[in-house]
Amino acid sequence: MAIVNLKKGEVQAKIVYYGPGRGGKTTNLEYIYRKFHDRIKTEMVTIKTHGDRTLFFDFLPIEIGKIKGFDVRIQLYTVPGQVKYDATRRLVLRGADGIVFVADSLVVRRKENVLSLKNLADNLATYRKSLADVPIVLQYNKRDLEEEGIPLLPLATLEKDLNVQLKAPSFAASAQRGPNVVKTMKKIIVMTMDSLRRDLM
Amino acid sequence: MNYVFNSEQLTAIENILERDLMELGVHSVFLIDMAGNIIANTGSGEDQHDIYSLAALAAGNFGAVSTMAKLIGEEEFSLLFHRGEKESIHFSKVTNDFLLISIFGKALSLGFLRLKVAEATEKIVAILGP
Repeated sequence: MAIVNLKKGEVQAKIVYYGPGRGGKTTNLEYIYRKFHDRIKTEMVTIKTHGDRTLFFDFLPIEIGKIKGFDVRIQLYTVPGQVKYDATRRLVLRGADGIVFVADSLVVRRKENVLSLKNLADNLATYRKSLADVPIVLQYNKRDLEEEGIPLLPLATLEKDLNVQLKAPSFAASAQRGPNVVKTMKKIIVMTMDSLRRDLM
Repeated sequence: MNYVFNSEQLTAIENILERDLMELGVHSVFLIDMAGNIIANTGSGEDQHDIYSLAALAAGNFGAVSTMAKLIGEEEFSLLFHRGEKESIHFSKVTNDFLLISIFGKALSLGFLRLKVAEATEKIVAILGP
């Protein structure tokens, strides 16, 4: 649910990073925070367990500058990925204007990616939305692990498992190292702003 | 569903927050949506909090507590309030989409704040419209 403030000339939109547990959602935000540290005025908010697993959400507000004369403020959120935190995920998803689905490229996590995408669809349905209604970008994360000889799902397999119907833009990425993290974020921001413009016309 | 607020609405809301709440001695007050976005806020200027994080956390907190209410068979809780040593924070639902968050000190009693928040809420609902 984006907010347009005509008095301040400001647009606020919410983008949620979703995906299975330990897939790299928080790592995406941490990378973005480090990269744009000098432009982000506040600390990143993280609510996590002692074991560094996201418990409630991570939050990072970013001002991305002016678009058509409006100051655009994007609130990036992550959800907790562990299966038991479904109620929390549903809460954080409320009012999401755009979604990044962070899939885990590890072969052993193939099923979790598919279940998590289905879970996203189910939770969106509680807000009477479907995956087709919300701007979404897929990120196939952990591609850097290939260099260490760890078995990864080929990109074609990930596309087939997750993107056949959605036909969403997708990026192979490494949230640890950085490749395509910023590109993913920029793509979802552009898509979210376009969608917002269409809704408001 | 997206919201567009024009100058008149926002000025009217800010006036209510200033006159009805800030002048009582409330330190900061925010009108936010349930997704954690800030619609309007006023502050005394001292101790500028990180209002964007506060709004995100407030929405999350309220959402979590509302869900807990439903799990125990309640429609909603009538009071959500956290008392601190020097500063306390009060949450009030304005409509199903908006929340009023008030941060206040020891000089103001909770009961009086709740009364004034309820009055301010009615006025804000009238501005937000159907």
